[in-house]
Amino acid sequence: MSDPFGAIGGWLMGLLQSLGLEAGPARFILQFAAAGFLATILLLSTLFTIWAERKIIARMQDRLGPNRVGPFGMLQSVADLVKLVTKEVIIPAGADKLVYMIAPLLVVTSVVAIWAVVPLAPKLIGSDVNVSVLYIISVGSIGTLGIMLAGMSSNNKYALLGAFRTVAQMLSYAVPMILSLLVPTLLAGSMGTVAIVEQQRAVPFFLLAPLAAVIFFISSLTEVGRAPFDLAEAESELVAGFHIEYSGLSFGMFFVAEFLHAFTIGALTATLFLGGWQGPGVEQFPLLGLPYFLLKTLAVYFLLIWARATFPRVRIDQLNSLNWKFLTPLALAVLVVSAVTDKLASELGWNRILANLAGEGVIVVGALMGLWAYARSLRRRQESLRAQVTPSRATGAS
Amino acid sequence: MLQPWIFIALLLPLGIILPGVAIVANQLLGPHKPNPAKTSTYECGIETVGETWVQLKGQYYIFGLIFLIFDIEAVFLFPWAVAYDKLQLYMVLEGVLFILILAAGLVYAWQKGALEWV
Amino acid sequence: MTILQLVFLATAAVTLVAALMVVVSPRMVHAALWLILALAGVAVLFVLLEAGFLGIVQVAVYIDAIAILIIVTVMLTQRAMGEGGRQVNRSWLWAALAAIVLFGGLLLMLSQAPGSATVATPLAADAEATVEDLGRALVDVDRYVLPFEVASVLLLAALIGAIVVARPSTEARREGRQP
Repeated sequence: MSDPFGAIGGWLMGLLQSLGLEAGPARFILQFAAAGFLATILLLSTLFTIWAERKIIARMQDRLGPNRVGPFGMLQSVADLVKLVTKEVIIPAGADKLVYMIAPLLVVTSVVAIWAVVPLAPKLIGSDVNVSVLYIISVGSIGTLGIMLAGMSSNNKYALLGAFRTVAQMLSYAVPMILSLLVPTLLAGSMGTVAIVEQQRAVPFFLLAPLAAVIFFISSLTEVGRAPFDLAEAESELVAGFHIEYSGLSFGMFFVAEFLHAFTIGALTATLFLGGWQGPGVEQFPLLGLPYFLLKTLAVYFLLIWARATFPRVRIDQLNSLNWKFLTPLALAVLVVSAVTDKLASELGWNRILANLAGEGVIVVGALMGLWAYARSLRRRQESLRAQVTPSRATGAS
Repeated sequence: MLQPWIFIALLLPLGIILPGVAIVANQLLGPHKPNPAKTSTYECGIETVGETWVQLKGQYYIFGLIFLIFDIEAVFLFPWAVAYDKLQLYMVLEGVLFILILAAGLVYAWQKGALEWV
Repeated sequence: MTILQLVFLATAAVTLVAALMVVVSPRMVHAALWLILALAGVAVLFVLLEAGFLGIVQVAVYIDAIAILIIVTVMLTQRAMGEGGRQVNRSWLWAALAAIVLFGGLLLMLSQAPGSATVATPLAADAEATVEDLGRALVDVDRYVLPFEVASVLLLAALIGAIVVARPSTEARREGRQP
């Protein structure tokens, strides 16, 4: 069974052709059905991931989470969906109706479209284009456009402000994300996700470039707008941000897009840095690739949920300086060092893992020294301010 | 060579149509009782003050611009990264030079305070 | 009429209509949105020409960065959400006739140019090698390394220029004036 998915595809093609279709239209119908199947599964998978997230966060907060609707509360998301579908759709007066309706669709499309290039198992991928990484970046940013449209068309100045702040946050953090995505492209020598996964047969890229994986993880967290970077829709503080004026399932679509995007980030990290469907025994049994991939994706998704339950929200200026003054220079340094050490390792014949890890170690040491120096300068400034205040207070009292 | 793109060309419209069908279902299944209070703009429960237009900060433009510069830089760097395996060391260093020039631009923006959230 | 030709005609029609609506829309925000549709149409045309990399670059640079920047700039100006009034003046019919005559003349001249009646032969290149070839060409000393490095200097100049132009003046920052 060296190619089970190819065999299934061949059998389906044979079925369609026996109904009288030629090869071309049969393949088209097959791909259409596959795309519809993928999109439906993804949208329905959010029912599961939302429930899992609520349960895990609840347990981390020492409470139970949803446990009434269905066994272990598993049908809670279904109940929420039914509730949202039966809510009234209130379009605010003066809103730009067409743009208002299209915005949630664009946001959901941008996430669903990423899955076209995610390899789920050996030879099971929607679209093996050779520009997958750049495709992921460009399609992911269409969601940014959708958010801006949602804020602009709502005829509400708070929605507008919230949308602009969200878009500024997403644009800022797209920079280290793009720079860190150059590293697996470098190491694999190709932009295609299938090639990147196949190049990780010996060693996953997480071991060759751990800093790049961490930077990608953190900047993707912010791109989605999840805690600890969820200032735009701080659920316990602000009202709602760019989707104030949305009700019913239009709001539900923004919600679905956010959770699906979080799951997609798990999938992308697993594919680009953890080896995708690679694992012991995948060559003999390609079907094993799918469980390996799902396990890795869920592991990274668990990390996302853990981060959400643990860290407090950051301030907007902290968010900003974290990006431009820490993550972007770090990403540039990682890119430069990875490029140089990997080429040196391959030319001088060093051990590839050790050379890359040594380079990353140098960056970590440099970054820690930089942070230490920065903290020291902040401390000095605080002490000098305190020294200025105290003597005057002493003279004033006497 | 267009064969792989067909799936993407099919998935994108499906990604628009499937949520669209769900939203249409919502419009059909939900009640329709519009009244002026419901459709008025939300401003924490009080009447709207002033026009629905705000003057935005110029800082947003600068963030968008810096993102644009780094985006174009990445577009130049992706072919370099794809050809990485076949390059020699001096070619890799040429790409590193490209990155360093733009890093200098980032340092300039930092020193000029263009990266502060005003 | 192959499928490819049909898809090309549909995409071209969408792009042209969107481009026309950019100019004719009375509201600036709508014009920006039609521009996004036109740019997406151009990206699809790139993909149809088997230049997948350039199509994705079009989306990544134009739609993700430049279109958002245009919308931000439109919102930074006053009265962005309001109606701009009729964008077409009274003598639009004469202008359209003049444009069509000019188009016809250009078409006539170009069709009489030598070699315009032959169909270009498609390039026999594998798409994977093309991106890699582009990468190698960009750093090859005999080919494009100088434009490659000069492009980075150009981007640096654009960055510095924009910061100099768009930063709030020092008095505004000293007063802590926040728009």
